[in-house]
Amino acid sequence: MKARAWHKIWNIKTVNNLVRATSEGLYCEPGNFFIDPWKPVQTALITHAHSDHAHAGSAQYFCAEKCLPLLKHRIGHENKYHALKYGEKFKIGDTVISFHPAGHILGSSQVRIEYKGKVWVVSGDFKRGEDPSCDEFEVVHCDVFISEATFALPIYRWESGEVTAKKIFDWWQSDLERPSLLFCYALGKSQRVLAELKKFTDKKVYLHGAVENLTEIYRKNGIDLIDTAPVASMEKGYSFKGDLIIAPPSAHRSTWMKRFKDPQTAFASGWMQVRGVRRRKGYEKGFVLSDHADWIELNRTIEQTGAKTVYLTHGKTDVLERYLTEKGYEVRLFKTEYEDQEEASS
Amino acid sequence: MKAFTKLYDELDSTTSTNEKITALKKYFTNAPADDAMWAVLILTSRISKRVLTSRSLRESFLRITKYSNWLYEESYSQVGDTAETLSLLLQSLDLARHESIAPGETSDKSLSNWLEVDIPELAKIKDEDQRAEKLLSFWKELTPLEIFILNKLMTGGFRVGVSEKSVVRALSEVFNLETDQVSHRLTGATDPGAENFKRLISKEKLESLPSQPYPFCLAYAWSERTEKDWDSQRWCIEWKYDGIRSQIIRRAGAIWIWSRGEDDISVSFPDIAELFAALPDGTVLDGEIVIIKDDQIQSFQELQKRLGRKKVSALTLKNTPAAFIAYDCLETGHEDIRQISLRERKQILEKLMTPLLSKKIRLSPTLNAENPEQVEDLRALSREKQAEGVMIKDWSSSYPVGRKTGYWWKNKVDPLTLDAVLLYAQAGTGRRANLYTDYTFALWSENKELIPFAKAYSGLDQDEINQLDYWIRRHTKEKFGPVRSLEPFHVFEIGFEGIAASNRHKSGIAVRFPRILRWRKDKKFDEADHLTTAFKLLDGTP
Ligand SMILES: [Zn+2]
Ligand SMILES: [Zn+2]
Repeated sequence: MKARAWHKIWNIKTVNNLVRATSEGLYCEPGNFFIDPWKPVQTALITHAHSDHAHAGSAQYFCAEKCLPLLKHRIGHENKYHALKYGEKFKIGDTVISFHPAGHILGSSQVRIEYKGKVWVVSGDFKRGEDPSCDEFEVVHCDVFISEATFALPIYRWESGEVTAKKIFDWWQSDLERPSLLFCYALGKSQRVLAELKKFTDKKVYLHGAVENLTEIYRKNGIDLIDTAPVASMEKGYSFKGDLIIAPPSAHRSTWMKRFKDPQTAFASGWMQVRGVRRRKGYEKGFVLSDHADWIELNRTIEQTGAKTVYLTHGKTDVLERYLTEKGYEVRLFKTEYEDQEEASS
Repeated sequence: MKAFTKLYDELDSTTSTNEKITALKKYFTNAPADDAMWAVLILTSRISKRVLTSRSLRESFLRITKYSNWLYEESYSQVGDTAETLSLLLQSLDLARHESIAPGETSDKSLSNWLEVDIPELAKIKDEDQRAEKLLSFWKELTPLEIFILNKLMTGGFRVGVSEKSVVRALSEVFNLETDQVSHRLTGATDPGAENFKRLISKEKLESLPSQPYPFCLAYAWSERTEKDWDSQRWCIEWKYDGIRSQIIRRAGAIWIWSRGEDDISVSFPDIAELFAALPDGTVLDGEIVIIKDDQIQSFQELQKRLGRKKVSALTLKNTPAAFIAYDCLETGHEDIRQISLRERKQILEKLMTPLLSKKIRLSPTLNAENPEQVEDLRALSREKQAEGVMIKDWSSSYPVGRKTGYWWKNKVDPLTLDAVLLYAQAGTGRRANLYTDYTFALWSENKELIPFAKAYSGLDQDEINQLDYWIRRHTKEKFGPVRSLEPFHVFEIGFEGIAASNRHKSGIAVRFPRILRWRKDKKFDEADHLTTAFKLLDGTP
């Protein structure tokens, strides 16, 4: 979804622009810091540990306390980190910044920036639906809201994670003669599923190596998850018949899958809302489960922040731009290098 | 509708044939006979009646919800299917029933009820506001998936990912019948109703309905491998005509004509039906209907003028004189003779046909080939003979049900080809939603304009599709709804089965079964073919 031909790119240096897009990332001049920069900089504020938002190489990092263990896992323990509690105010340059829960994954944050009585909020990635594996999104009042737009089309509308987890559980139980392979993003989505499944069963779930380490970090940070074991820990002849196995999408159709005889396969992602996408990706079953806001959540959130000016960073920005403009908002686009972490649909 | 929706969902979410059959068996074990019959007809694509067009479905939705047009179009271009787009937008507007609320508690209308009462009633409403109101009242009681299915049933052409073979197997396993028996009974079945389902699954040996055709035998494509041990005594060779493969049924004092698509096309060919009145009662023939003018077999387009009308006008009858070319005889003296050899059946056919032969009733001639090379020679000759290739049949074979390997082969001529420029693209549907996969190709006119001449959907592999999709998104000149006009750049070799003059197309030509043969990356767009080249193809061999 990145690098589309933008019709409008605002990249102008004006005093009014507290945050602007540069070739390194979103930049705040009065604070002389970047938010989720994709190139090494002096000071980086990180919204969350997904790889398109958290890049290594900067001199110092600011993040929410709950984000820190995941961030260290992703970009290394040796960096210089400043971890803040949610809501804790901190002065950087002429600005005051604070992190507020974004409801996306564990430790995910919106960044609030205050300067000369004006408040800007950078959403990072966010969702509004309930999620037992992370803090709930907090509405932060602001003048300018910088939002993601991954699923900014009215066809995207999510059911609660609990309802979807029940469907996953039923699918798993519907065929105990075969292994059930559920593919979903390794950081965030997997742990959300593991937390939700706990409501329906105490059976053990098996994990692909890429999911295992991240899951341990969640557990160490007090998130209650269903029992798990690494696939690799099972002896060679073990058949996984009737077991649920969670793996990242990159493992789909890889040699890793040879380990399982005649598995049923499913993919959990917001993209699964559209039947054609599921078929094209070659999964048998699709579960609609996203850690991004759906259309209604995006619009409701923008309304609740009270912002009159909205910047859009990534996703279906052109649709949301037109829709908000028609509603009377001042809308602008930031060209960023953020990608959708649920596997883009095209 | 719930049980059928569940079945659809199960069929749609597995690729395993066994699981599909298990789901079908579960459904047929519990479904009431009238619902089960509808399900059989839907799953085997025997019902494709369109009550509403996708367009009017969309218009009704926009009218009743006052939904913004462009937002609808944006959504549609992501989904690629009207029925599905509407189901998702209704969900977003809270105008669909929420699945998780009290499952099973709301009254569930049966599939038959929807198809026999509600949908026909809707079809009768002429006033657009009233129709939109009615549709909304339907949608509100359904979940998004049920809405999708209902929309598909209304707009026709509902395709479910299951083969007829699987449906037949499930029915035969649930009701303890032979698959060939179920398959035969299913042939020509087009009517719903509990009685028809009971016929389908009856254990007794039933007198078949006088109108019922036999399952058509289908041919496999001839391949190099099959040519290895050529025995000229073994093979019967005939021309393969580009017409409508049909069965003529002369029973109970009446005549029925069935097409291979299992449509009763008797009304489209009253001239043929009339001529077969002289055939003895209890006879079934297999052959091809074609249009013959001045002793020339006409293009398929001419034949299409006969189809899809309640009554064929006297003028059309005169302008499109139909003929029947007989290949085979399946029943004589009220007896099913499909088990005897082709050689014997041909003899019976000849005897039956001799008194009837005329310009309009012909016997398919048998050709000779001493070796595979001669088969190729015949094939090369076929366009001249107004055929599209040759059929190769085993003289000793019985008339098998469906496609069974080893007995019937077809060897078609190479398709006609033109190099054309990609000019428009549209997102595909279903599996191809979100990707630009529906292409329109153009040829050069004399005053150097690109004129669209064919649409094609298939022929590229997944990598090429992705590559082209990437390019399309970056080289769009204009967007009209879901369609993008493109910078002329890429050249493709387009193959097609037939070409005819047409004044309905700007290009002046219409092609049959166009498809992409090759991406001509070696060609620049100004090297693509001209329309004049296409016109030359009209006159026969290139
Ligand atoms: Zn993210
Ligand atoms: Zn992101």
